[in-house]
Amino acid sequence: MQWSDFLAALTFQAGYNSALVALGALLLGLAAGGTGTFVFLRKRALVSDAVSHATLPGVGLAFLLMVALGGEGRWLPGLILGSALSAALGLVLVQAMVSRTRLSEDAAIGAVLSVFFGLGIVLLTVIQTMASGRQAGLESFLLGSTAGMLRSEAVTIAVAAAVAALLLFAFRRPMTLVAFDPGYAAARGTAVNRVDLGIMGLALIVTVIGLKVVGLILIVAMLIIPPVIARFWTDRVDAMVLIAAAVGGVSGWVGTAISASAADMPTGPIIVLVAFGLFVLSLLLSPARGVLASALRYRRFQERVHRRQGLLAMARAEPIHDRLTLRVLRRAGLIRADGVATEAGRAAVAAAALDEARWAHVRRTDPGDPVLERYDGLTALDDLLTRDQLSDIDRAMPGPGIA
Amino acid sequence: MMTAELIARDGRLITTPQAEDAALTVRGLTVSYGAKPAVFSVDATFPAGSMTAIVGPNGAGKSTFLKGLLGIETPLSGEVRVFGRTMGRARRDIAYVPQRASVDWDFPARVIDVVEMGLYGELGLLRFVTRGHREKAMAALDRVGMADFAERQIGQLSGGQQQRVFLARALAQEARIYLLDEPFAGVDAATERAIVEVLRLLRAEGRTVVAVHHDLSTVGDYFDRVLLLNVRRIAEGALAEAFTPQNLQAAYGGRLAATQIDELRLGAG
Amino acid sequence: MGLEFLQLSLAPLLIGVLAAVACALPGNFLVLRRQALIGDAISHVVLPGIIAAFLLTGTVSAWPMMIGAAGAAVISVALIELVRRLGRVEPGAAMGLVFTTMFAGGVLLLEQSDTSGVHLDVEHALYGNLESLIWIDAEGWGSLLDTGALAGLPPQVARLAIVLAGLVAFLWLFWRPLAISTFDPGFAQSVGIRNGPLGFALVTATAVAAVAAFDAVGSIIVIAMFVCPPAAARLMTNRLGRQVAWSVGFAVVSAVLGYVLAGYGPLWLGAANSVSAAGMIATVSGLILAAACVLGPQRKRTGEAAA
Repeated sequence: MQWSDFLAALTFQAGYNSALVALGALLLGLAAGGTGTFVFLRKRALVSDAVSHATLPGVGLAFLLMVALGGEGRWLPGLILGSALSAALGLVLVQAMVSRTRLSEDAAIGAVLSVFFGLGIVLLTVIQTMASGRQAGLESFLLGSTAGMLRSEAVTIAVAAAVAALLLFAFRRPMTLVAFDPGYAAARGTAVNRVDLGIMGLALIVTVIGLKVVGLILIVAMLIIPPVIARFWTDRVDAMVLIAAAVGGVSGWVGTAISASAADMPTGPIIVLVAFGLFVLSLLLSPARGVLASALRYRRFQERVHRRQGLLAMARAEPIHDRLTLRVLRRAGLIRADGVATEAGRAAVAAAALDEARWAHVRRTDPGDPVLERYDGLTALDDLLTRDQLSDIDRAMPGPGIA
Repeated sequence: MMTAELIARDGRLITTPQAEDAALTVRGLTVSYGAKPAVFSVDATFPAGSMTAIVGPNGAGKSTFLKGLLGIETPLSGEVRVFGRTMGRARRDIAYVPQRASVDWDFPARVIDVVEMGLYGELGLLRFVTRGHREKAMAALDRVGMADFAERQIGQLSGGQQQRVFLARALAQEARIYLLDEPFAGVDAATERAIVEVLRLLRAEGRTVVAVHHDLSTVGDYFDRVLLLNVRRIAEGALAEAFTPQNLQAAYGGRLAATQIDELRLGAG
Repeated sequence: MGLEFLQLSLAPLLIGVLAAVACALPGNFLVLRRQALIGDAISHVVLPGIIAAFLLTGTVSAWPMMIGAAGAAVISVALIELVRRLGRVEPGAAMGLVFTTMFAGGVLLLEQSDTSGVHLDVEHALYGNLESLIWIDAEGWGSLLDTGALAGLPPQVARLAIVLAGLVAFLWLFWRPLAISTFDPGFAQSVGIRNGPLGFALVTATAVAAVAAFDAVGSIIVIAMFVCPPAAARLMTNRLGRQVAWSVGFAVVSAVLGYVLAGYGPLWLGAANSVSAAGMIATVSGLILAAACVLGPQRKRTGEAAA
């Protein structure tokens, strides 16, 4: 890969066609990431996989129809229209199977996906053998291909992606409402079903636009990966949509640039791999939900549990057998290597016993106290009550120390 | 029967260890979903031949306690002994009845197929189901009054009937300890009576019964012991000692009005 | 007709039937466990597995590739589980993320490596080439008893037969725990059935079926056979054993009818060339499922009866 080519592609300097394609991929990624967020939040990520595979027979039929009418079979808007129709049919069939029969959604998705794809392949073999010289190049719809894309095609994709992004922007409010809390949205008079339909409709539009760029097998990744990444960085729906759109846009743009700057770099897979790279970074580094942060948190939590259990066992003068408990206590300097409590240990035991006694006292004398809702065995009352509240409890308790 | 009675008069049934013997002991059981313990450091002892209700408010970790001691949820810490052995070595002593709503009743199976699942410990992977096995399963169904439904598709049963089938599956296990998760949830009155009757017979046979139970008003009628749970153990013991207004108040906090407690016929009153 | 059938059609038919049944068998449990899409994920990652095996060994011989594909399938399932647990990502999204990424990686590897000399391409991976698996050594019906001629059968026949036998043995051996842990995992655990390893064994069996079938017929049939025959069978009966039997029947009918329609259908319509047999088999299985959805005696969910 040439750096200069890559930078040129990245800055839209690599020729008019390439710039158009890069812009189209960027807009497509934007629309896909944003739309994907709603699909993801409605837990329908893989429904879009059925939709994307269901485009193939539509592509084939549209080609056959256009040729039969004496036209140019490869005319992109016609192919897009055909793919949209068959994808919509696939979507309707998934819904019908789930609502009318006992089959669950995963089986319906798998069935529609494989059968439509199989039918599409049958049609492709028909087309391949039809008239000589009519190598339709429809295979490029499987994996996407931006190399050798006609200018008219690039324009179509860029414009359609821009329209999809605009639609997303226009309908962001009702979709956010439904994704965040469908019950509340329904109570406010939003037609949840219609919004859901709109979300899947938008996903369908993104899918058919993306066919030529990313291909029907991988387009679903552009709907799934950006929202998964966004989820690592925020808990808010509106922020998620923005982050996912940005991630999708960046993946599309950088992916096309890489693909354009070297040989044998298929666009669709590269875009997906760029997005996946961003996912791995998020998985590791996100402060709230990342792996590193969680591992640290879990470890600390486990140590708190064992420390508390150990201290309470010591307060009851029971022997401790659990190795981890012993290690935690030893490392905290609460017991010596031979298991005898240190001075700090005795103080901690007294504190834990006092805290337990306080909890028990509050539970006995004031069972309605809301502070009891906070009890989890680990949190000390010191952290929840003010000093004067604590001394009130201490005064009222029968005696100091262990109850 | 004669011999059994004679032995019983002597004070010791062969099938029942002395009542003080623990069938099941749990020490320091902590189970946590994420960073908040659902069950914290709970100790409990279930004497052989006793019938214990696990009681506590919603979200108090009652079901989690059962799942944790069975190893269905991996505990953060804790030790479980079944007649002195570890859970892994004592599977055949335990019959577990999960919540009815925890499974998909659309599964393609008949009532008798589900009951025969209880014979898994006996059958293992390959042993064929013989007439003896079939009779055992039918006898279990008969005990819960469901013998006529053996061939019925499980999805066609009412909630109460589903619960009876689950109980029959546990009966087919012929275990020494029965752990039931909300056996009376969403069942009709006749089914509730039938289940109680079966559980009492189990106790009379010297078996140990532990049930998660949500209806405070029937605890006193159905059970002889209680484990009050709210994340941690609040109280445990015979009804008279443990099922007291103070303990209930401690377990339920403000969620249980004093008047409600007064209405319960409590052992210690 | 006789000789032509033996030479040109017997082997593809056999392979199609064996592959369809090998996939439909574990598919029954996948559908009941609501894991139908595991089959989808696995068949997508077979491609990178095969390419990785090719790059490592430098040959296109069958066994390394099958091992590579099975390895990729197992890795993908482990990765899905990892993403799901570590990132607390919803299972569907985790699955979609992993298999698209691995597929993308496979395509990139394929483009980057020099595979021009060997028959290795995406189309082949997707829809196989059932029609090319002919039995040229056949000289008449007597060849069916002639070991020399039988040795000339495409190797996929024997491979699929072995895999199918293995799958039947696996299901026969683990039928009881599989049924129990599918219906009621909590109870299964309480009687000592280890749900985790058992589930993993099922997925591995699925992967083996996918890989063996994929080698002969491509991944479309694989996905279709994992889902369509078992799903259609579920709508025919309310008993597990009978469901499995129905699914095998549907798989066989799909394979035979699909192959015949692909080979002879276009001729009947006056066209000169046949169409993709793999695609047609998938299509027929879909038509069977559609019929079961409309007519199957047990197509309706049994609603929760009043308590």
